Amino acid sequence: MLQGWVVVLTSFAYIGLLFAIAYYADRRADAGRSLIDSPYVYSLSLAVYATAWTFYGSVGRAAENGVGFLPIYIGPTLMIALWWIVMRKILRISKQNRITSLADFVSSRYGKSALLAGMVTVIAVIGIVPYISLQLKAISNTFAVVLQYPDIVMPAKLGTVPVLQDTALFVALFLAAFTILFGTRHLDTSEHHEGMVAAIAFESLVKLVAFLAVGAWVTWGIYNGFGDLFARAAAEPKLAAMLTPFDAVSGSYSSWVWLTILSMMAIMFLPRQFQVTVIENKDEKHLNKAIWLFPLYMLAINVFVLPIAFGGLLHFPGGGVDADTFVLTLPMVEKQELLALIVFIGGLSAATGMVIVETIALSTMVCNDLVMPVLLRMRALRLNERPDLSGLLLGIRRGAIVAVLLLGYLYFRVAGEAYALVAIGLISFAAVAQFAPAALGGIFWKGGTRLGALAGLAAGFTVWFYTLLLPAFARSGWLPIGFLEEGPWGIALLRPLELFGLGGLDQITHAMIWSMAANIGAYVGVSLLRAPGPEELRQASMFVDVFTRPAPVGGAGFWRGKAPAAELQNLLARFVGAGAAQEEFAEYARTRGLEPSALGPEADADLVYFAETHLAGVIGAASAHIMVASVVKEEALTLDEVRAILDEASQVVVYSRQLEQKSRELEAATAELRRANERLQELDRMKDDFISTVTHELRTPLTSIRAFSEILRDDPKLALPQRTKFLDIIAKETERLTRLINQVLDLAKLESGAAEWHTKSVDMREIVAETVTGMSEVFRERAVRLELRMPGIVPPVHADPDRVKQVLLNLLSNAAKFCQADRGRVEVSLLEERDAVRVDVKDNGPGISLADQEIIFEKFRQVGNALTDKPQGTGLGLHICRQIVERLGGRLWVESRVGEGACFSFTLPVPRHRHTLSARTA
Amino acid sequence: MSKKVLLVDDEPNIVAALEFLLEKNGYDVKVAANGVEAIAQLDAFRPDLVLLDVMVPKLSGYEVCQRMRAEPKWRDIKIVMLSAKGREVEVNKGMSLGADLYVTKPFSSAELVATIQQLLEHRA
Repeated sequence: MLQGWVVVLTSFAYIGLLFAIAYYADRRADAGRSLIDSPYVYSLSLAVYATAWTFYGSVGRAAENGVGFLPIYIGPTLMIALWWIVMRKILRISKQNRITSLADFVSSRYGKSALLAGMVTVIAVIGIVPYISLQLKAISNTFAVVLQYPDIVMPAKLGTVPVLQDTALFVALFLAAFTILFGTRHLDTSEHHEGMVAAIAFESLVKLVAFLAVGAWVTWGIYNGFGDLFARAAAEPKLAAMLTPFDAVSGSYSSWVWLTILSMMAIMFLPRQFQVTVIENKDEKHLNKAIWLFPLYMLAINVFVLPIAFGGLLHFPGGGVDADTFVLTLPMVEKQELLALIVFIGGLSAATGMVIVETIALSTMVCNDLVMPVLLRMRALRLNERPDLSGLLLGIRRGAIVAVLLLGYLYFRVAGEAYALVAIGLISFAAVAQFAPAALGGIFWKGGTRLGALAGLAAGFTVWFYTLLLPAFARSGWLPIGFLEEGPWGIALLRPLELFGLGGLDQITHAMIWSMAANIGAYVGVSLLRAPGPEELRQASMFVDVFTRPAPVGGAGFWRGKAPAAELQNLLARFVGAGAAQEEFAEYARTRGLEPSALGPEADADLVYFAETHLAGVIGAASAHIMVASVVKEEALTLDEVRAILDEASQVVVYSRQLEQKSRELEAATAELRRANERLQELDRMKDDFISTVTHELRTPLTSIRAFSEILRDDPKLALPQRTKFLDIIAKETERLTRLINQVLDLAKLESGAAEWHTKSVDMREIVAETVTGMSEVFRERAVRLELRMPGIVPPVHADPDRVKQVLLNLLSNAAKFCQADRGRVEVSLLEERDAVRVDVKDNGPGISLADQEIIFEKFRQVGNALTDKPQGTGLGLHICRQIVERLGGRLWVESRVGEGACFSFTLPVPRHRHTLSARTA
Repeated sequence: MSKKVLLVDDEPNIVAALEFLLEKNGYDVKVAANGVEAIAQLDAFRPDLVLLDVMVPKLSGYEVCQRMRAEPKWRDIKIVMLSAKGREVEVNKGMSLGADLYVTKPFSSAELVATIQQLLEHRA
């Protein structure tokens, strides 16, 4: 099953499938039903991070360093947690400015500098070439290994194979053709490659499934699960050591930290990651799901790394089999042909996915940010006069793809043999990490300048080149090895692996420390030397304040150019074609509610800005700026003017914040008013109810009075006893009416605060005695026994004696009314408390249920025994009593249980000091 | 046979006056002091007319009225509502619940008696 032709045919069939997917996705995109507009596809496309390096190299590194392979995957997981802050901003900026690549992003930020864009491109290409060579190495090596089946033979040393018989060369050329077909079939102003992204997402699935399949097979097929495998590994001293995280990696802690930081940068700034994360992003919201889906993918593809590594080491103890090939050779040696083929396809997926996206990203950069700016400046080429440049653009990109892959092959021939997969990958990681200061600084710090970014990049890149790339060349015999050991010209201080004597670190950590120090130092230092210029300032503001700046001020506000509209349209037409250009301009007119013909011959600042950003979408900001500048007579804005615009913009922001603040205050005030109004309505309703109740209470006695009066009037011959009885009722009801009217008036006075208070020092003994004496007639009438308990002396209280008597009178008559009819008994007690004098009035009536104990103090609420007789009273007495006692600073309450009588108590405070007393008098 | 009137009110003096008035005019009068008692008397006493105060304990006059109108056997009994509450809403409520008349306290005794007579004659 693993004959050469089967493997080749399967590979081609697989790639054919990828094309079919890409074709279908492109068709769907054209029909407006994007296949990749999904957070799941987006997350899978991010997994292009996992290359052949992950697929084969992780096991290789694990076989050497144990868990030391993990930082490369911990980094992205950590970084992605910060994406809500960092990546969301980059996405927003990139969409607003139609960014086409990482180089475009960095150069845009620093005043659309063509030099900076070119520099980023060069660094990216040089930095990524080793990484691409790694993929070539993986494909050709695994192909060679598979072909030897059933024997396990490691591929021949490179030097021994002539170039024209080298599989890797054909792999490179084949991948170039493949990428060209994939990525550069047509030009797109938005630089979206929907088909490619769909195919990449599919590949991410394939490589995950393949890796999980072989991992599961090793764990449960060869061994008896994780427990068995790890137990066997632990039995071997050499393998056991690998399970301790920090001993296994040389340089221990610092290595872990730096590798983690390194991969945090890589997930942001590897050109292919920037491509899939930023350029191909369809919707900012996809980030929300990617933030947890992508780490999940990372976890899944790492679960079986250690089991496979241990399985390989246990299986091939001699060391004759390269650990980088364990994933493949384990199934092969166990004669699992189908699994081996699946693994090979998985590895192919991982490698091709990376190569396609990476070279498309790089070719866009090379074309837009390196070649075009140069060509456009060369007047001899007369590019300005060519009507359609889109063919040229495609040509450049295709050339760039071939060139990058051939460079990768070259590196593979030159240095590939000296390093394991992981080491090569890390060199690339360290190169792209150099973009971090300029890119991250650029979105959070307005002070970064073009010169600062240039200096930082140059410094960091130089150190990287010296400490990582040159040693790689030296190890491959390209440079004298003495260069490493003694330093150039024998100067030990300049030894690339122990620069300025910094030893004891692994190569990557050492390089990272020096290059980052140089990079950040130069970036910040040079930036601080000089204030940003007008162009830099406006771009800085557009990047850093992307979330706070009101959108219209963001772009065109800075422009003050004028150009013939027709020339602008021609310019766009040369890059995107006449039809597309016309459509874009018509669209522009439509969004402003104009007829396309109404745009007028002179383009205003808005239109110029519009044309430039659209052009930037095709050829990058730097090139677009040059092109537009050739037709626009831009009046250069002075620094002061840019500042003024920025100030104005920030004033607008401040003003709108103030407006927001005001409108919030207004809302609060409205709510307050509404509440007040509701309260008023409530009060109004209460007043209405009160009047209604009072009316009712007045009408009831009136009814009896009127009815009996009429009876007496109409029936003069009524018997005397009946007559007397009716007259008696009239008299009683009249009394009731009078009492009610008095109490209502009294209550109104109390509630409005208009009542007069004649407060003075009062001896409660006198008051109680007087009131009880006054009531004695009533009690005698009803045959109620009254008991009075008073101490010999109580402290004086400060009160209005008439009011206190009113309260006591009310309580006593209630008690008389409610106590048992024939054996009535009422106890009145006067007691001294800590700060008060208390009066208790206790009866032996029916008592008051707990539920009613508060109700009785409300207006017109009486609790009577409705079955027998309605209690006589107005329903206002207790309410008035409570008002009086509380006004005097005391409390009135009742304690009672049903069937056990009720005890009404009130307190009056005893003034503690003389001066309180006089204050009360006043 | 004299017509029967059920008097439902919890104000003893008003009850006394009405009882006197109605008996003098030849009606057979029974008194209920609350709504529950009133319902019980409907079957026991079988009145031709109920003088129903709205604000009675246990079961309000409105509820008594509603129950009477929901029950076919009581549907012919005339209902005159009495209330010291004379707001328009309250009058409307009583009428829409099926009362034949709503009289606001205090009332003219002559007029009330005349109305009752009229209602009962009309029925016969």
